[in-house]
Amino acid sequence: MLTVSGLKRLHLSVSFELQDGECVALQGPSGVGKTLLLRSIADLDPNEGTVKLDGTLREAMPAPAWRRRVTYLAAEPGWWADVVQEHFAAWDDALPLVTRLGLPDDCGPWSIQRLSTGERQRLGLVRALMLRSRVLLLDEPTSALDSASAAAVETLIAERVSNGTSVVWSTHDKAQARRVGSRILAMRHDGGIEESRP
Amino acid sequence: MTYIQLSYSNLVLPALLVVMDGVLSLVLRLKLEKQLAIATVRMVIQLVLVGYVLTFLFAAVSPLWTALAALIMVLFASREIVARQKRRLRGVWKYGLGAGCTLLAAGTVTIFALLTELRPDPWYHPRYALPLLGMMLGNTMTGISLGLDVLTNSLVRERAAVEACLALGGTRHQALLPTVRDALRSGFMPIMNSMAAIGLVSLPGMMTGQILAGVEPVDAVKYQLLIMFLIAGGTGLGTLVAVLGGARLLTDHRHRLRLDRISTEG
Repeated sequence: MLTVSGLKRLHLSVSFELQDGECVALQGPSGVGKTLLLRSIADLDPNEGTVKLDGTLREAMPAPAWRRRVTYLAAEPGWWADVVQEHFAAWDDALPLVTRLGLPDDCGPWSIQRLSTGERQRLGLVRALMLRSRVLLLDEPTSALDSASAAAVETLIAERVSNGTSVVWSTHDKAQARRVGSRILAMRHDGGIEESRP
Repeated sequence: MTYIQLSYSNLVLPALLVVMDGVLSLVLRLKLEKQLAIATVRMVIQLVLVGYVLTFLFAAVSPLWTALAALIMVLFASREIVARQKRRLRGVWKYGLGAGCTLLAAGTVTIFALLTELRPDPWYHPRYALPLLGMMLGNTMTGISLGLDVLTNSLVRERAAVEACLALGGTRHQALLPTVRDALRSGFMPIMNSMAAIGLVSLPGMMTGQILAGVEPVDAVKYQLLIMFLIAGGTGLGTLVAVLGGARLLTDHRHRLRLDRISTEG
Protein backbone atom coordinates (compact mmCIF):
# COMPACT_ATOMS: atom_id res chain seq x y z
CA MET A 1 0.00 0.00 0.00
CA LEU A 2 1.26 3.47 -0.93
CA THR A 3 0.59 6.16 1.66
CA VAL A 4 0.98 9.82 0.76
CA SER A 5 0.41 12.24 3.60
CA GLY A 6 0.97 15.97 3.66
CA LEU A 7 3.01 15.95 0.48
CA LYS A 8 4.01 19.52 -0.29
CA ARG A 9 5.64 20.91 -3.41
CA LEU A 10 5.09 24.52 -4.52
CA HIS A 11 1.31 25.03 -4.22
CA LEU A 12 0.55 21.31 -3.88
CA SER A 13 -0.65 19.83 -0.62
CA VAL A 14 -1.87 16.28 -1.09
CA SER A 15 -2.72 13.21 0.98
CA PHE A 16 -4.15 9.92 -0.26
CA GLU A 17 -3.76 6.17 -0.01
CA LEU A 18 -3.40 3.62 -2.74
CA GLN A 19 -4.18 -0.06 -2.12
CA ASP A 20 -2.30 -2.91 -3.76
CA GLY A 21 -3.93 -3.81 -7.04
CA GLU A 22 -5.77 -0.52 -7.27
CA CYS A 23 -5.76 1.97 -10.12
CA VAL A 24 -6.81 5.56 -9.48
CA ALA A 25 -7.26 8.15 -12.19
CA LEU A 26 -5.75 11.60 -11.66
CA GLN A 27 -7.64 14.39 -13.37
CA GLY A 28 -7.42 18.14 -13.59
CA PRO A 29 -6.87 20.93 -16.09
CA SER A 30 -3.47 21.44 -17.69
CA GLY A 31 -0.98 23.21 -15.47
CA VAL A 32 -2.78 22.32 -12.24
CA GLY A 33 0.15 20.19 -11.07
CA LYS A 34 -0.56 16.56 -11.98
CA THR A 35 2.94 16.00 -13.31
CA LEU A 36 4.38 17.82 -10.30
CA LEU A 37 2.50 15.49 -7.94
CA LEU A 38 3.60 12.30 -9.71
CA ARG A 39 7.22 13.46 -9.88
CA SER A 40 7.16 14.35 -6.20
CA ILE A 41 5.86 10.92 -5.19
CA ALA A 42 8.75 9.38 -7.15
CA ASP A 43 11.06 11.84 -5.31
CA LEU A 44 12.34 13.33 -8.56
CA ASP A 45 11.89 16.87 -7.22
CA PRO A 46 12.62 18.16 -3.72
CA ASN A 47 9.39 17.98 -1.70
CA GLU A 48 8.12 17.66 1.84
CA GLY A 49 5.78 15.19 3.47
CA THR A 50 5.69 11.49 4.25
CA VAL A 51 5.41 8.93 1.49
CA LYS A 52 5.48 5.27 2.49
CA LEU A 53 5.29 1.96 0.70
CA ASP A 54 3.91 -0.79 2.98
CA GLY A 55 4.77 1.39 5.95
CA THR A 56 8.38 1.93 4.91
CA LEU A 57 9.41 5.57 4.48
CA ARG A 58 10.97 6.34 1.11
CA GLU A 59 13.83 8.07 2.93
CA ALA A 60 14.63 4.72 4.54
CA MET A 61 15.94 3.43 1.23
CA PRO A 62 18.22 4.90 -1.43
CA ALA A 63 16.29 6.96 -3.97
CA PRO A 64 17.09 4.61 -6.91
CA ALA A 65 15.65 1.66 -4.95
CA TRP A 66 12.51 3.70 -4.19
CA ARG A 67 12.07 4.59 -7.87
CA ARG A 68 12.41 0.97 -8.93
CA ARG A 69 9.43 0.26 -6.65
CA VAL A 70 7.51 3.47 -7.26
CA THR A 71 8.17 4.30 -10.90
CA TYR A 72 7.26 7.52 -12.67
CA LEU A 73 6.69 7.43 -16.41
CA ALA A 74 6.77 10.80 -18.19
CA ALA A 75 4.29 11.62 -20.95
CA GLU A 76 7.24 12.08 -23.26
CA PRO A 77 9.82 9.62 -21.98
CA GLY A 78 13.49 10.51 -22.51
CA TRP A 79 16.16 8.41 -24.23
CA TRP A 80 19.82 8.42 -23.32
CA ALA A 81 21.26 6.11 -26.01
CA ASP A 82 20.99 6.16 -29.80
CA VAL A 83 19.23 2.86 -30.35
CA VAL A 84 16.00 1.40 -28.91
CA GLN A 85 17.35 -1.81 -27.41
CA GLU A 86 20.22 -0.10 -25.58
CA HIS A 87 17.61 1.25 -23.18
CA PHE A 88 16.62 -2.22 -22.05
CA ALA A 89 18.56 -4.47 -19.70
CA ALA A 90 17.10 -7.53 -21.50
CA TRP A 91 15.59 -6.63 -24.85
CA ASP A 92 14.50 -10.21 -25.64
CA ASP A 93 12.43 -10.32 -22.46
CA ALA A 94 10.76 -7.06 -23.47
CA LEU A 95 9.76 -8.32 -26.94
CA PRO A 96 6.42 -9.91 -25.93
CA LEU A 97 5.28 -6.57 -24.46
CA VAL A 98 6.63 -4.66 -27.46
CA THR A 99 4.60 -6.73 -29.90
CA ARG A 100 1.53 -6.65 -27.69
CA LEU A 101 1.52 -2.87 -27.99
CA GLY A 102 1.54 -3.14 -31.76
CA LEU A 103 5.23 -2.42 -32.41
CA PRO A 104 7.22 -4.57 -34.86
CA ASP A 105 9.52 -7.14 -33.22
CA ASP A 106 12.51 -5.92 -35.26
CA CYS A 107 12.47 -2.39 -33.78
CA GLY A 108 15.31 -3.21 -31.34
CA PRO A 109 18.11 -1.79 -33.50
CA TRP A 110 16.06 1.19 -34.64
CA SER A 111 17.41 4.63 -34.03
CA ILE A 112 15.47 6.67 -31.47
CA GLN A 113 15.43 9.54 -33.96
CA ARG A 114 13.16 7.72 -36.40
CA LEU A 115 10.50 6.78 -33.83
CA SER A 116 7.19 8.63 -33.86
CA THR A 117 5.91 10.23 -30.66
CA GLY A 118 3.43 7.38 -30.23
CA GLU A 119 6.12 4.74 -30.72
CA ARG A 120 8.31 6.45 -28.16
CA GLN A 121 5.44 6.56 -25.71
CA ARG A 122 4.72 2.85 -26.04
CA LEU A 123 8.40 1.86 -25.86
CA GLY A 124 8.78 4.09 -22.82
CA LEU A 125 5.91 2.23 -21.18
CA VAL A 126 7.45 -1.16 -21.96
CA ARG A 127 10.78 0.03 -20.58
CA ALA A 128 9.09 1.07 -17.32
CA LEU A 129 7.00 -2.13 -17.10
CA MET A 130 10.17 -4.24 -17.29
CA LEU A 131 11.01 -3.08 -13.76
CA ARG A 132 7.89 -4.80 -12.40
CA SER A 133 7.45 -1.92 -9.97
CA ARG A 134 4.98 -2.09 -7.08
CA VAL A 135 3.53 1.29 -8.00
CA LEU A 136 3.31 2.88 -11.45
CA LEU A 137 2.86 6.64 -11.77
CA LEU A 138 1.68 7.05 -15.35
CA ASP A 139 1.65 10.60 -16.71
CA GLU A 140 -0.85 10.66 -19.60
CA PRO A 141 0.48 7.35 -20.93
CA THR A 142 -1.79 7.32 -24.00
CA SER A 143 -1.72 11.02 -24.93
CA ALA A 144 0.05 10.36 -28.26
CA LEU A 145 -1.75 7.10 -29.14
CA ASP A 146 -4.63 6.22 -31.45
CA SER A 147 -7.63 4.53 -29.86
CA ALA A 148 -6.52 0.99 -30.75
CA SER A 149 -3.08 1.43 -29.20
CA ALA A 150 -4.60 3.20 -26.20
CA ALA A 151 -6.96 0.24 -25.69
CA ALA A 152 -3.97 -2.15 -25.83
CA VAL A 153 -2.20 -0.07 -23.16
CA GLU A 154 -5.32 -0.02 -20.98
CA THR A 155 -5.65 -3.81 -21.20
CA LEU A 156 -1.98 -4.35 -20.41
CA ILE A 157 -2.10 -2.08 -17.36
CA ALA A 158 -5.36 -3.69 -16.20
CA GLU A 159 -3.56 -7.06 -16.19
CA ARG A 160 -0.77 -5.64 -14.05
CA VAL A 161 -3.34 -4.15 -11.68
CA SER A 162 -5.12 -7.48 -11.29
CA ASN A 163 -1.72 -8.98 -10.43
CA GLY A 164 -1.33 -6.52 -7.56
CA THR A 165 0.43 -3.51 -9.10
CA SER A 166 -0.93 -0.15 -7.95
CA VAL A 167 -1.32 2.61 -10.50
CA VAL A 168 -1.89 6.35 -10.49
CA TRP A 169 -3.02 7.22 -14.03
CA SER A 170 -3.11 10.85 -14.98
CA THR A 171 -5.40 11.59 -17.93
CA HIS A 172 -7.31 14.42 -19.59
CA ASP A 173 -9.84 11.99 -21.00
CA LYS A 174 -12.88 11.71 -18.70
CA ALA A 175 -14.09 8.50 -20.35
CA GLN A 176 -10.65 6.93 -19.89
CA ALA A 177 -10.52 8.06 -16.26
CA ARG A 178 -13.86 6.26 -15.62
CA ARG A 179 -12.70 3.15 -17.49
CA VAL A 180 -9.34 2.69 -15.76
CA GLY A 181 -9.87 4.19 -12.32
CA SER A 182 -11.66 2.57 -9.42
CA ARG A 183 -11.51 6.06 -7.90
CA ILE A 184 -10.94 9.45 -9.43
CA LEU A 185 -8.69 12.06 -7.81
CA ALA A 186 -9.43 15.51 -9.20
CA MET A 187 -6.76 18.15 -8.64
CA ARG A 188 -7.93 21.62 -7.75
CA HIS A 189 -6.22 24.89 -8.55
CA ASP A 190 -5.44 25.43 -4.85
CA GLY A 191 -3.20 22.35 -4.94
CA GLY A 192 -5.51 19.95 -3.12
CA ILE A 193 -7.36 16.90 -4.45
CA GLU A 194 -10.98 15.79 -4.37
CA GLU A 195 -11.94 12.17 -4.48
CA SER A 196 -14.91 10.73 -6.34
CA ARG A 197 -16.17 7.36 -7.57
CA PRO A 198 -16.63 6.92 -11.31
CA MET B 1 73.31 34.43 -24.13
CA THR B 2 72.89 37.76 -25.85
CA TYR B 3 69.73 39.54 -26.73
CA ILE B 4 68.81 42.82 -28.33
CA GLN B 5 67.49 45.15 -25.67
CA LEU B 6 64.63 47.49 -26.49
CA SER B 7 64.08 50.97 -25.13
CA TYR B 8 60.65 52.59 -25.02
CA SER B 9 61.64 54.73 -28.01
CA ASN B 10 62.02 51.51 -30.03
CA LEU B 11 58.28 50.95 -29.55
CA VAL B 12 57.11 54.20 -31.13
CA LEU B 13 57.44 53.03 -34.72
CA PRO B 14 55.71 49.65 -34.18
CA ALA B 15 52.94 51.42 -32.27
CA LEU B 16 52.18 53.33 -35.47
CA LEU B 17 50.86 50.04 -36.84
CA VAL B 18 48.02 50.23 -34.32
CA VAL B 19 47.40 53.82 -35.39
CA MET B 20 47.18 52.46 -38.93
CA ASP B 21 44.45 50.04 -37.74
CA GLY B 22 42.62 53.00 -36.24
CA VAL B 23 42.84 54.96 -39.48
CA LEU B 24 41.52 51.93 -41.37
CA SER B 25 38.60 51.74 -38.96
CA LEU B 26 37.84 55.43 -39.50
CA VAL B 27 38.12 55.27 -43.28
CA LEU B 28 36.04 52.11 -43.59
CA ARG B 29 33.62 53.23 -40.85
CA LEU B 30 34.11 50.04 -38.83
CA LYS B 31 33.44 52.03 -35.63
CA LEU B 32 36.20 50.10 -33.91
CA GLU B 33 38.51 53.04 -33.24
CA LYS B 34 37.24 53.75 -29.74
CA GLN B 35 37.42 50.11 -28.67
CA LEU B 36 40.82 49.82 -30.29
CA ALA B 37 42.13 52.85 -28.44
CA ILE B 38 40.83 51.56 -25.09
CA ALA B 39 42.25 48.10 -25.70
CA THR B 40 45.63 49.49 -26.68
CA VAL B 41 45.86 51.80 -23.67
CA ARG B 42 44.76 48.97 -21.37
CA MET B 43 47.37 46.66 -22.81
CA VAL B 44 50.17 49.17 -22.39
CA ILE B 45 49.23 50.06 -18.81
CA GLN B 46 48.66 46.44 -17.75
CA LEU B 47 51.90 45.17 -19.24
CA VAL B 48 54.06 48.01 -17.94
CA LEU B 49 52.55 47.56 -14.48
CA VAL B 50 53.16 43.82 -14.59
CA GLY B 51 56.74 44.52 -15.59
CA TYR B 52 57.28 46.63 -12.46
CA VAL B 53 55.34 44.22 -10.22
CA LEU B 54 57.47 41.31 -11.44
CA THR B 55 60.64 43.34 -10.96
CA PHE B 56 59.59 43.99 -7.38
CA LEU B 57 58.64 40.36 -6.80
CA PHE B 58 61.88 39.03 -8.27
CA ALA B 59 63.88 41.35 -6.05
CA ALA B 60 61.87 40.45 -2.94
CA VAL B 61 61.78 36.64 -3.44
CA SER B 62 59.29 36.53 -0.59
CA PRO B 63 56.99 33.51 -0.25
CA LEU B 64 54.24 35.80 1.01
CA TRP B 65 54.31 38.24 -1.92
CA THR B 66 54.64 35.40 -4.40
CA ALA B 67 51.63 33.64 -2.88
CA LEU B 68 49.62 36.85 -2.99
CA ALA B 69 50.44 37.38 -6.68
CA ALA B 70 49.49 33.74 -7.39
CA LEU B 71 46.20 34.20 -5.55
CA ILE B 72 45.31 37.28 -7.58
CA MET B 73 46.09 35.38 -10.79
CA VAL B 74 43.79 32.53 -9.72
CA LEU B 75 41.00 35.00 -8.91
CA PHE B 76 41.23 36.57 -12.37
CA ALA B 77 41.24 33.10 -13.92
CA SER B 78 38.07 32.08 -12.07
CA ARG B 79 36.38 35.32 -13.10
CA GLU B 80 37.27 34.50 -16.68
CA ILE B 81 35.81 30.99 -16.32
CA VAL B 82 32.51 32.40 -15.07
CA ALA B 83 32.47 34.97 -17.88
CA ARG B 84 32.73 32.18 -20.44
CA GLN B 85 29.72 30.22 -19.08
CA LYS B 86 26.33 30.68 -20.63
CA ARG B 87 24.70 28.97 -17.66
CA ARG B 88 26.20 29.46 -14.23
CA LEU B 89 25.92 27.79 -10.89
CA ARG B 90 24.05 29.64 -8.18
CA GLY B 91 25.59 30.79 -4.91
CA VAL B 92 29.19 30.45 -3.77
CA TRP B 93 29.90 27.72 -6.31
CA LYS B 94 29.49 30.17 -9.18
CA TYR B 95 33.09 31.30 -8.62
CA GLY B 96 34.08 28.63 -6.13
CA LEU B 97 34.11 25.64 -8.46
CA GLY B 98 36.21 27.30 -11.16
CA ALA B 99 38.57 28.91 -8.66
CA GLY B 100 39.00 25.71 -6.69
CA CYS B 101 39.69 23.61 -9.77
CA THR B 102 42.16 26.01 -11.42
CA LEU B 103 43.97 26.45 -8.13
CA LEU B 104 44.11 22.70 -7.59
CA ALA B 105 45.16 21.80 -11.13
CA ALA B 106 47.50 24.68 -12.01
CA GLY B 107 48.90 24.82 -8.48
CA THR B 108 49.59 21.10 -8.33
CA VAL B 109 51.44 20.84 -11.64
CA THR B 110 53.37 24.08 -11.02
CA ILE B 111 54.58 22.90 -7.64
CA PHE B 112 55.27 19.47 -9.11
CA ALA B 113 57.53 20.98 -11.79
CA LEU B 114 59.26 23.30 -9.31
CA LEU B 115 60.01 20.53 -6.84
CA THR B 116 61.04 17.76 -9.23
CA GLU B 117 62.65 19.10 -12.42
CA LEU B 118 63.30 22.85 -12.29
CA ARG B 119 64.38 23.07 -8.64
CA PRO B 120 65.09 26.80 -8.41
CA ASP B 121 66.50 28.08 -5.14
CA PRO B 122 64.30 28.75 -3.21
CA TRP B 123 61.71 26.49 -4.85
CA TYR B 124 59.07 29.25 -4.80
CA HIS B 125 61.32 31.75 -6.59
CA PRO B 126 58.84 34.03 -8.40
CA ARG B 127 60.99 34.16 -11.57
CA TYR B 128 60.05 30.51 -12.13
CA ALA B 129 56.87 30.04 -10.11
CA LEU B 130 54.80 32.92 -11.50
CA PRO B 131 55.40 32.54 -15.27
CA LEU B 132 54.86 28.79 -14.90
CA LEU B 133 51.66 29.29 -12.93
CA GLY B 134 50.45 31.85 -15.46
CA MET B 135 50.85 29.44 -18.36
CA MET B 136 49.15 26.66 -16.39
CA LEU B 137 46.25 28.91 -15.40
CA GLY B 138 45.66 30.12 -18.94
CA ASN B 139 45.41 26.59 -20.27
CA THR B 140 43.63 24.75 -17.44
CA MET B 141 41.12 27.61 -17.45
CA THR B 142 40.23 26.83 -21.05
CA GLY B 143 39.65 23.14 -20.31
CA ILE B 144 37.67 23.82 -17.18
CA SER B 145 35.40 26.45 -18.71
CA LEU B 146 34.73 24.34 -21.80
CA GLY B 147 34.02 21.24 -19.71
CA LEU B 148 31.63 23.07 -17.39
CA ASP B 149 29.91 24.81 -20.28
CA VAL B 150 29.23 21.52 -22.08
CA LEU B 151 28.13 19.89 -18.82
CA THR B 152 25.51 22.51 -17.92
CA ASN B 153 24.26 22.99 -21.48
CA SER B 154 23.86 19.28 -22.17
CA LEU B 155 22.16 18.66 -18.85
CA VAL B 156 19.59 21.33 -19.68
CA ARG B 157 19.16 19.97 -23.20
CA GLU B 158 19.17 16.28 -22.22
CA ARG B 159 17.07 16.71 -19.12
CA ALA B 160 14.38 14.26 -20.27
CA ALA B 161 16.96 11.55 -20.96
CA VAL B 162 18.73 12.04 -17.64
CA GLU B 163 15.47 12.04 -15.70
CA ALA B 164 14.20 8.98 -17.57
CA CYS B 165 17.25 7.10 -16.34
CA LEU B 166 16.73 8.39 -12.79
CA ALA B 167 13.01 7.56 -12.82
CA LEU B 168 13.84 3.98 -13.80
CA GLY B 169 16.03 3.57 -10.72
CA GLY B 170 19.35 4.70 -12.17
CA THR B 171 21.81 6.34 -9.80
CA ARG B 172 22.97 9.88 -10.48
CA HIS B 173 26.29 8.48 -11.67
CA GLN B 174 24.62 6.24 -14.23
CA ALA B 175 22.26 8.98 -15.36
CA LEU B 176 24.95 11.62 -15.81
CA LEU B 177 27.70 9.41 -17.23
CA PRO B 178 27.02 10.12 -20.95
CA THR B 179 26.92 13.87 -20.29
CA VAL B 180 30.02 13.78 -18.11
CA ARG B 181 31.90 11.89 -20.84
CA ASP B 182 30.94 14.53 -23.44
CA ALA B 183 31.99 17.34 -21.12
CA LEU B 184 35.37 15.73 -20.37
CA ARG B 185 36.01 15.13 -24.05
CA SER B 186 35.33 18.80 -24.86
CA GLY B 187 37.57 19.95 -22.03
CA PHE B 188 40.51 17.82 -23.23
CA MET B 189 40.12 18.72 -26.90
CA PRO B 190 41.98 22.10 -27.06
CA ILE B 191 45.17 20.85 -25.44
CA MET B 192 45.24 17.78 -27.69
CA ASN B 193 44.70 19.93 -30.76
CA SER B 194 47.45 22.32 -29.77
CA MET B 195 49.86 19.45 -29.04
CA ALA B 196 49.20 18.10 -32.52
CA ALA B 197 49.67 21.46 -34.25
CA ILE B 198 52.60 22.74 -32.20
CA GLY B 199 55.84 23.20 -34.14
CA LEU B 200 54.14 22.83 -37.50
CA VAL B 201 51.42 25.45 -37.42
CA SER B 202 52.30 27.37 -34.30
CA LEU B 203 55.52 28.27 -32.54
CA PRO B 204 54.58 28.70 -28.89
CA GLY B 205 55.14 32.14 -27.42
CA MET B 206 57.32 30.99 -24.57
CA MET B 207 59.66 29.11 -26.87
CA THR B 208 60.01 31.98 -29.35
CA GLY B 209 60.56 34.29 -26.38
CA GLN B 210 63.45 32.16 -25.17
CA ILE B 211 64.92 31.96 -28.65
CA LEU B 212 64.75 35.75 -29.01
CA ALA B 213 66.49 36.00 -25.66
CA GLY B 214 69.39 34.00 -27.05
CA VAL B 215 68.62 30.47 -25.84
CA GLU B 216 69.60 27.66 -28.21
CA PRO B 217 66.49 26.39 -30.03
CA VAL B 218 66.99 22.83 -28.84
CA ASP B 219 67.12 24.01 -25.24
CA ALA B 220 64.05 26.18 -25.75
CA VAL B 221 62.27 23.12 -27.15
CA LYS B 222 63.04 21.15 -24.00
CA TYR B 223 61.47 23.88 -21.91
CA GLN B 224 58.46 23.97 -24.16
CA LEU B 225 58.02 20.20 -23.92
CA LEU B 226 58.11 20.45 -20.15
CA ILE B 227 55.44 23.15 -20.30
CA MET B 228 53.25 21.15 -22.66
CA PHE B 229 53.42 18.03 -20.47
CA LEU B 230 52.52 20.13 -17.45
CA ILE B 231 49.64 21.77 -19.31
CA ALA B 232 48.30 18.40 -20.45
CA GLY B 233 48.42 17.06 -16.91
CA GLY B 234 46.95 20.20 -15.39
CA THR B 235 44.14 20.41 -17.91
CA GLY B 236 43.26 16.76 -17.40
CA LEU B 237 43.21 17.10 -13.63
CA GLY B 238 41.36 20.42 -13.61
CA THR B 239 38.72 19.41 -16.14
CA LEU B 240 38.12 16.11 -14.37
CA VAL B 241 37.61 17.71 -10.98
CA ALA B 242 35.50 20.56 -12.39
CA VAL B 243 33.17 18.32 -14.41
CA LEU B 244 32.77 15.70 -11.65
CA GLY B 245 32.28 18.48 -9.11
CA GLY B 246 29.75 20.19 -11.35
CA ALA B 247 27.88 16.92 -11.87
CA ARG B 248 27.76 16.42 -8.13
CA LEU B 249 26.52 19.96 -7.49
CA LEU B 250 23.77 19.58 -10.08
CA THR B 251 22.39 16.44 -8.43
CA ASP B 252 21.56 15.74 -4.80
CA HIS B 253 21.73 12.94 -2.25
CA ARG B 254 18.30 11.67 -3.35
CA HIS B 255 19.67 11.27 -6.87
CA ARG B 256 17.63 14.11 -8.32
CA LEU B 257 18.69 16.35 -11.19
CA ARG B 258 18.84 19.86 -9.73
CA LEU B 259 18.74 22.24 -12.68
CA ASP B 260 17.31 24.81 -10.27
CA ARG B 261 20.91 25.26 -9.14
CA ILE B 262 21.78 26.77 -12.52
CA SER B 263 21.06 30.40 -13.21
CA THR B 264 20.82 31.66 -16.76
CA GLU B 265 20.89 35.42 -16.29
CA GLY B 266 23.92 37.18 -17.74
